Amino acid sequence: MENSVLIRTVNLTKIYPSGEQPITALRDVNLVFQAGEFAGLVGPSGSGKTTLLNIVGSLDVPTSGSVEVLGEKIETLSHKKAARLRNRHIGFIFQTFNLLPVYTVYENVEFPLLLLGMTAAARRKAVRDALAWVGLSDREHSRPAQLSGGQSQRVAIARAVVKKPDLVLADEPTANLDADNSHHILHTMEDINRDLGTTFLFSTHDAKVIAHLRRKITLVDGRVTADEARTT
Amino acid sequence: MIIPKLAFRNLIGNGAKTWLNALVLSFSFVAIIWGQSLFEGMDREMSKVTIDQEAGGGQYWAGAYDPYDPATIDDAPAAIPADLAADAAAGRAAPILIVSATIYPKGRMFPALLKGVDPDQAVLKLPFDRLLGGDGEIPGLIGARTAKSTGLAKGDTVTVRWRDASGTFDAADVVVVDVFQTQVQTVDSGLIWVPLETLQAMTGRPGRATVVTVPVGPAPRSYPGWGFQGYDVLLKDIKSFVQAKSLGFSIFYVTLMALALLAIFNTQILSIWHRRREIGMLIALGMPRGRVIALFTLEGALLSILAAAVGAVYGLPLLIYMSKHGWVLPAGQADSFGLALDKALYPAYSTGLVFGTILLVLAATTIVSFLPTRKIVTLKPTDALKGKWS
Ligand SMILES: Nc1ncnc2c1ncn2[C@@H]1O[C@H](COP(=O)(O)OP(=O)(O)OP(=O)(O)O)[C@@H](O)[C@H]1O
Ligand SMILES: [Mg+2]
Repeated sequence: MENSVLIRTVNLTKIYPSGEQPITALRDVNLVFQAGEFAGLVGPSGSGKTTLLNIVGSLDVPTSGSVEVLGEKIETLSHKKAARLRNRHIGFIFQTFNLLPVYTVYENVEFPLLLLGMTAAARRKAVRDALAWVGLSDREHSRPAQLSGGQSQRVAIARAVVKKPDLVLADEPTANLDADNSHHILHTMEDINRDLGTTFLFSTHDAKVIAHLRRKITLVDGRVTADEARTT
Repeated sequence: MIIPKLAFRNLIGNGAKTWLNALVLSFSFVAIIWGQSLFEGMDREMSKVTIDQEAGGGQYWAGAYDPYDPATIDDAPAAIPADLAADAAAGRAAPILIVSATIYPKGRMFPALLKGVDPDQAVLKLPFDRLLGGDGEIPGLIGARTAKSTGLAKGDTVTVRWRDASGTFDAADVVVVDVFQTQVQTVDSGLIWVPLETLQAMTGRPGRATVVTVPVGPAPRSYPGWGFQGYDVLLKDIKSFVQAKSLGFSIFYVTLMALALLAIFNTQILSIWHRRREIGMLIALGMPRGRVIALFTLEGALLSILAAAVGAVYGLPLLIYMSKHGWVLPAGQADSFGLALDKALYPAYSTGLVFGTILLVLAATTIVSFLPTRKIVTLKPTDALKGKWS
């Protein structure tokens, strides 16, 4: 596997100015991820997993310290450049709200490709492929309201991988999935990771996900308490 | 190209709410076009009868004549230029002599104008041929308004006093041979039509006239001592009258429009609030904020295009019906408008009116759609995704 740094955090600290008592969500986090990793953040609720993913995804900025993603410094990135970074290189799967409710499944998955300005033919092929990966080819025309929680999650996964990004940030991607679906999705992501070299960074409580991780980082109270590699 | 596509998807996806907004907005379209078309119709109708009965294709005025300055009236009459006199003899011009007078109907006293016109003239569409014949008495023709204000009726005799060309008072009796109806107030109110040659003789002004009306068509010529007046002068009162009326009416649809715009403004605020998670999602997926703003603004603009379409569905039949059958003014309304106005108003639609209205509403809708979208810039995507509103 090639040795190129995709993400580097240096003394990353995030403090939310929440009323009287500011909340420190991340303290001095120093992590490096190589391209092609299949890694996960684990830890109790409120330990800072989502916060870290959001900052790496340029949706938020650190309070102090520095974060570099694909050569871009997140803390100094303009709105425009951050948007371009997300559009071109990062796929998101969010913990809660994921799909655009007025669009069909097909249109949701197509959306990132529209932003990229792909041709209609290329879009159609990519969307069909992505929906096949997550096993939802027959639901193209459904609206999000007509899907189960697990199905919505799978559409979100399809949307995150459809543009074959360098990095996929997945916040509890299996939260609503049963065991069968979880394994299916994880295998799909492993295939994408292997075939395209896409880096995956998860946040999860799910033992099924943890079993697939090649690197497990434990966060407690905003601090990294363990960083274990698994050799397969 | 993605923004219009997405805006369109959002509108369709919003279903009933979209249609409701479009319907409200369409009322403004229809009201503005309907209202303005009535005034355009009023303008056309009034111009037409005024041309028929007073203005013709224009008028030559004797140099000193100023209809707004009574002091000029008795000094103005001048010898009719030979060409115009020849035209008049051939029915291609109608000289009119105007003399100020006082009339004494039933013992009361009114200032009035005597207007001498050739009963055989063929330029103006008024029943001046009634002034033909008569047995020794001076025949006079009056409009219904004058008849009403003076109490004169057909067959009545009225004493008229005037100054002749040398300034000497003289008086005679005029027999009202007929009363005519007209929509043009200025050929009726406060004046008595008499035969031109009679008035010239009565007042010692042979061969003279104050105004020579010519038919529509020939290009104006120039005669020393006479000035040609076109529609810019002769129809000026009508234009400014219609303008004043339409200005008053526009308050009505400005209000309607304001309501519609407020509804759109509100809908936009609501929809941005309601869709904050969606907006967070769009931003998270890499849509630049400027494009999100453009998207929401365009949604509003598309709404007004949809409204134009919705308005056309019920507005077009309505407007077509109106232009066929006219808008019947409530009894008494027509005359209170004062100027030439028929009992029913026939709206007139110009492409300028229709497209102007569409552009106006489009611009207004776009602006009120844009205003609330500036809020988007202040949304943090992480908060927006969670449904927080900062
Ligand atoms: N926008 C915010 N404002 C204030 N505090 C916040 C905000 N977002 C997160 N926090 C706080 O920061 C801490 C870390 O939150 P975070 O969402 O990163 O946890 P997490 O590890 O993802 O938890 P979970 O497993 O429950 O999803 C928590 O104490 C949370 O209350
Ligand atoms: Mg979380």
